[in-house]
Amino acid sequence: MLTFQCPYCGVQACETELAAGGEAHLKRFGPGSSDEDFEGYLFLRPNVKGVHFERWRHAMGCGKWFLAARCTATLEVFGTYPAQTTEPPPEIIAAIKARRPDWSLS
Amino acid sequence: MRRYSAFAIAREAMRHHLGWERAWKSPTPKAQYDVIIVGAGGHGLATAYYLGKNHGIRNVAVIEKGWLGGGNTGRNTTIIRSNYLQDPSAAIYEKARSLYETLSQDLNYNVMFSPRGVMMLAQTEHEIRGYQRTAHANALQGVATEFISPRRVKELCPIINIDGPRYPVLGALWQPRGGTARHDAVAWGYARACSDMGMDIIQQTEVTGVKREGGRVVGVETTKGYIGCSKLGIVVAGHSGVMAERAGFRLPIESVALQALVSEPIKPIMDVVVMANTVHGYMSQSDKGEMVIGGGADNYNNYTQRGSFQHVEETVRALIETFPIISRLKMLRWWGGIVDMTGDRSPIISKTPVDGVFVNCGWGTGGFKAIPGSGWAMAELMAKGHSPLADAFSLGRFREGRFIDESVAAGVAH
Repeated sequence: MLTFQCPYCGVQACETELAAGGEAHLKRFGPGSSDEDFEGYLFLRPNVKGVHFERWRHAMGCGKWFLAARCTATLEVFGTYPAQTTEPPPEIIAAIKARRPDWSLS
Repeated sequence: MRRYSAFAIAREAMRHHLGWERAWKSPTPKAQYDVIIVGAGGHGLATAYYLGKNHGIRNVAVIEKGWLGGGNTGRNTTIIRSNYLQDPSAAIYEKARSLYETLSQDLNYNVMFSPRGVMMLAQTEHEIRGYQRTAHANALQGVATEFISPRRVKELCPIINIDGPRYPVLGALWQPRGGTARHDAVAWGYARACSDMGMDIIQQTEVTGVKREGGRVVGVETTKGYIGCSKLGIVVAGHSGVMAERAGFRLPIESVALQALVSEPIKPIMDVVVMANTVHGYMSQSDKGEMVIGGGADNYNNYTQRGSFQHVEETVRALIETFPIISRLKMLRWWGGIVDMTGDRSPIISKTPVDGVFVNCGWGTGGFKAIPGSGWAMAELMAKGHSPLADAFSLGRFREGRFIDESVAAGVAH
């Protein structure tokens, strides 16, 4: 069973307390952007097998959105961090590299 | 290929069963094929089969990372139905269902198609309206379904508790010619027929890269070396995103785990398939007597072929209210498969940004029922460049906003 530490309230929450929100750090395209950009933002996903940055909501707890790094091939969780960021923080990158030396942020 | 028949059984009985042939060959790959299909599951093998049978393209290889039919083809709950709301879905699923009717004769392989009837319970007022709408749509599409009363539900499946306190049965969408089939036999039957046409089924070989020249596919890198091809079909379900990345494009797909479980075998207690979408559970009884139970998919990206505990609990809890008789049953096996979900919960059978590369994916939680129709349409698309059954399921529909919105029509148990 997946467990994440909520970065806001500090609770170790299991997946029944949480709602998954899909891939994190999407670059948003709005009105005026090209059809290709809009399609990419809305639908196209790398759907990686490996390290995945994703959004979760502590739905049955504090109710806030947070971000997490998790391996989709092993379900290992590398860490969680607040949602107010456009890229993974250095300590998360370091935690991933400690476990996956060959991995790099693409 | 020596045909299977009653006579063959008698003949082999007389000579210690020494005359049975291997069902399919395990050849070493050739240097070049007209068509390579990646993925020897039901959909990939069916694609190869109809390429040969309908379009005369027989210089075909089907390359499989693991073993034949070892992915979702071997992991589903074997339900076959075609009671969909949208016209393109009803067309392809009904094509598949009608091909299942004669598939055993067509392949000379017993796929044990059992049109025992599929019942989708309406347990809320919204579901009654939704299923009545689907029944009307099906009447126009030429799919035989009807909306039936709770009393008729009870007649068809006496073990149902129609007065459940929380989710009473208010009616059902009934498709009498829906049912189940033997999932492994579908893959094995197609594989045997493909092998008989001279196609190569290459197992234990992973496609690690797609070679392109001038925007067109020329071959694939595999763990057994480079193999050339003029056309490439990617039919790999949960790993579609990974293969698309290797071919140089992205798909509107996310992979999640869907799980199922079976109980210990018991005497026959139900001879229909029952799906309860409000509570996310569906159940049928296998020929061995096991109750085959499926539930909802997990909602996070996952490649581990393991499901989560809480969905099993949710599914079983809901089914026990509807089927009190199963409350003391022990569960024997529990497994997960990786399903490829699209935004509109409809499949993709399409050309791709790379010339000569075609994808067949996005069947999500309901691919088994579609295998023959999916292979039929994919083969036609690969041979002719378009197919009436497949055209609506193109990749371009996401950019153009032409969704085939079955997430509303079919809910989760799809």
